[in-house]
Amino acid sequence: MAKLIAKTPCGDTLPKTIGNVTLSEVLIDHMWSVAPYKRREKAVATALGATLPKPNRFTTKGDMRLIWAGQGVTLVIADRLPDMTDLAAVSDQSDAWAVVAVEGEDAAEVLARLVPIDLRRATFKTGHTARTMLGHMTATITRTGANRLEVMVMRSMAGTLVHDLTRAATLFAGRG
Amino acid sequence: MRITCPLCGERDRREFTYQGDALALHRPAPDAGDAAWDDYLHNRENPAGDTRDLWYHDPCGAWIAVNRNTITHAVTHTALASKVTS
Repeated sequence: MAKLIAKTPCGDTLPKTIGNVTLSEVLIDHMWSVAPYKRREKAVATALGATLPKPNRFTTKGDMRLIWAGQGVTLVIADRLPDMTDLAAVSDQSDAWAVVAVEGEDAAEVLARLVPIDLRRATFKTGHTARTMLGHMTATITRTGANRLEVMVMRSMAGTLVHDLTRAATLFAGRG
Repeated sequence: MRITCPLCGERDRREFTYQGDALALHRPAPDAGDAAWDDYLHNRENPAGDTRDLWYHDPCGAWIAVNRNTITHAVTHTALASKVTS
């Protein structure tokens, strides 16, 4: 039996520091997409032991993070997921996403070159999330700290994500 | 052109995909007859002025009924298609 080597979505392309912005990979062990059936939102929240995030927000409860990920969809990052039979449509997303943290004083400035929404701290605060575009890719962007944004794209786009972020950070750092 | 997604807020037009006239939200009853179905399937207004059509917000997956003006390009009102009562 062949021994397979586990590789992370971004592999050895990260971490890297460009100017005062650091790009690093965020590894997610288990994540599910949870879409509650009609009128089952409260039951899903009870089963999870947490309230579902409102649009454009994410919430944290202990080790669990709940991210709003579109109309009627919540991404649940946790060690385990309670039984959702008859409550929600669930799919395992554990290995499906590439997540990159963009950290530093100019993190939002770098992303401003790629993302068509205002990600500055004054409008896009810690706890906010957005479904939007990064270049031509659909992405989920969350602010997890004053100088830290996390970008999530489908895993197949990891190479493009790292390339685009590297280019934007390099061009930003290269300004006189 | 910017469109307000009822969930995400005002966003650039590049995040949206155009579907067609919001008439699609008013499907005739199955037994409405050939004339009603023919009209529903094939006939569309082509107004110079106010119109209402369906757009899909790609990142968040919401269908949106958008009221806009084809002359001024002004977007006057948007609503989730799922909340529009027929």
